[in-house]
Amino acid sequence: MVQLKVNKQTASPLAPFKSNQESTENKIVYDTRQLNLWYGNHHALKNIDLAIKENEVTAIIGPSGCGKSTYIKTLNRMVELVPSVKTSGQIIYRDRNILDASYGVEELRTKVGMVFQKPNPFPKSIYDNIAYGPRIHGIKNKKILDGIVEQSLRGAAIWDEVKDRLNENAYSLSGGQQQRICIARALAIEPDVILMDEPTSALDPISTLKVEELVQELKQNYSIIIVTHNMQQAARISDRTAFFLNGEVVEYDKTDTIFSTPSDKRTEDYISGRFG
Amino acid sequence: MASNDHQANVSVQDMIAKQKGKKGKKRIEKSIPVILFIIASISVLTTFGIVFTLIFETFEFFQRVPFFDFLLGTEWLPFSNNEPLFGILPLIAGTFKVTLIAVVVAVPFGLASAVYLSEYASDNMRRVIKPVLEVLAGVPTIVYGFFALTFVTPLLQQFIPELKIFNALSPGIVVGIMILPMIASLSEDAMSSVPNSIRDGALALGATKLEVAVKVVLPAALSGIMASIVLAVSRAIGETMIVSLAGGSTPRFDLDMTDSIQTMTAYIVQVSTGDAGYGTTIYYSIYSVGFTLFLFTLLMNLLAHVISKRFREEY
Ligand SMILES: Nc1ncnc2c1ncn2[C@@H]1O[C@H](COP(=O)(O)OP(=O)(O)O)[C@@H](O)[C@H]1O
Ligand SMILES: [Mg+2]
Repeated sequence: MVQLKVNKQTASPLAPFKSNQESTENKIVYDTRQLNLWYGNHHALKNIDLAIKENEVTAIIGPSGCGKSTYIKTLNRMVELVPSVKTSGQIIYRDRNILDASYGVEELRTKVGMVFQKPNPFPKSIYDNIAYGPRIHGIKNKKILDGIVEQSLRGAAIWDEVKDRLNENAYSLSGGQQQRICIARALAIEPDVILMDEPTSALDPISTLKVEELVQELKQNYSIIIVTHNMQQAARISDRTAFFLNGEVVEYDKTDTIFSTPSDKRTEDYISGRFG
Repeated sequence: MASNDHQANVSVQDMIAKQKGKKGKKRIEKSIPVILFIIASISVLTTFGIVFTLIFETFEFFQRVPFFDFLLGTEWLPFSNNEPLFGILPLIAGTFKVTLIAVVVAVPFGLASAVYLSEYASDNMRRVIKPVLEVLAGVPTIVYGFFALTFVTPLLQQFIPELKIFNALSPGIVVGIMILPMIASLSEDAMSSVPNSIRDGALALGATKLEVAVKVVLPAALSGIMASIVLAVSRAIGETMIVSLAGGSTPRFDLDMTDSIQTMTAYIVQVSTGDAGYGTTIYYSIYSVGFTLFLFTLLMNLLAHVISKRFREEY
């Protein structure tokens, strides 16, 4: 009855063209062109050019303060919550420039989900956390909502752990479970892209592993852009990696290439741990 | 070098040991809790003293007036020459009317102000409005009382011709205005303490600002908001000057908002400022009314306490 996008996960083996084997063939989902961003006078992003591919995991790495979070928050315009922010350039998402004043942020954020550094569930029941997104977008039918909640929780690999306690407050869960609830919450409105800003930095190693596995599964149906402080994580889970330094993209390539034969000396220094 | 460090270390430790050994310091340390305890006890004992007096005099009252006549009587005619009646219900009705109107005025406006301040106002705006609210909360109630009697009542009479010069409506509205800043300010505190990360979570799902405010922040701050309302109601129940000035002195057991009323507090003022002789039934009656009032406000404060404890959201 309800045909959810999360369903595609089970359907995807039947649709091999959607998989990312030949990632070079994937379409571009986000095309950033000459993006500049200032916090007041502070030039935080400088002439960013970055083409992000569909159904891939794109990792953004770089030392603290290099602009990773700023960039990822520009992709769903959350960065505008800082009043002093000014931007120039273009970010083309599905043929439209999202930096256009006419592009509604609510519309954009309905298509582009986000998972934050610290798990931030709502102080509500697990069920209401997942149902929040569909509800504000007008889905009221209890049966449909039940379906969405279950599919999303399954999609975030946490259904078995919480199916008997859907009415408990989400804050009764562990940090790692909370983060997967937040992922499920994002999945519930079937976004096109999922942005993740250091989603495992507040988690223990086991929860980190679970989230990493989850990211691997999710990329069959979603395009994922993940900021990470952890280079091993980027190497493990991403298809492409962008290395940011001082607000600039130093190098952007397939992850294998970046980690084996980087073309820029600074990338090499960073990934070999010589700074940052 | 190393030995120098070592020496410095030892001498600092020595000095600390010496300081610790001083007797005077120890004695002060020990006596501080005792002194603080005595100071704290004074306020607690005062409260007990007041409550004890209330109970004692109320007990005296019930030697003269049967308890159930007081509790269930629908007529309050203490000054009647042949047969004075002490049924508390008309006074409770007066208090209830004023409180009800005050809540109807203060809750929507107070919450709307709180939502505006916490979710929409810029920092500059907040910096201007918050002190204004505090000033509003600091206006002496006698001023509000005059405002009700000389401004609000005549204004209302333009629209409601049958409104008497003393009535429940006008003081009710003004008491509402008086408690509004309290609701606004305490609710705003509760809403502002909801972490921004939770708002971000909702915004990132495509929620509008209003959806974030109404469906995330308000529920998360609900216990604080409820507590602020209950505390404000408690103040409305205990409010005296406004109702004495603009409410009248006609105890009435009905739900008419346009006619003169008398609240519990206004009765106490009436007797206290009149010349009721010590030891008369009327004299004791103000304690019985005062005790009833005390029970109401105590109940409200306990309720506020329970609400903010029981329904505290975890985040
Ligand atoms: N809200 C803000 N106001 C002003 N400057 C900011 C703000 N957020 C980030 N910055 C600055 O922008 C730069 C990039 O920050 P950020 O994107 O958070 O870096 P990263 O996520 O890579 O650690 C830093 O120099 C930081 O100080
Ligand atoms: Mg960051």
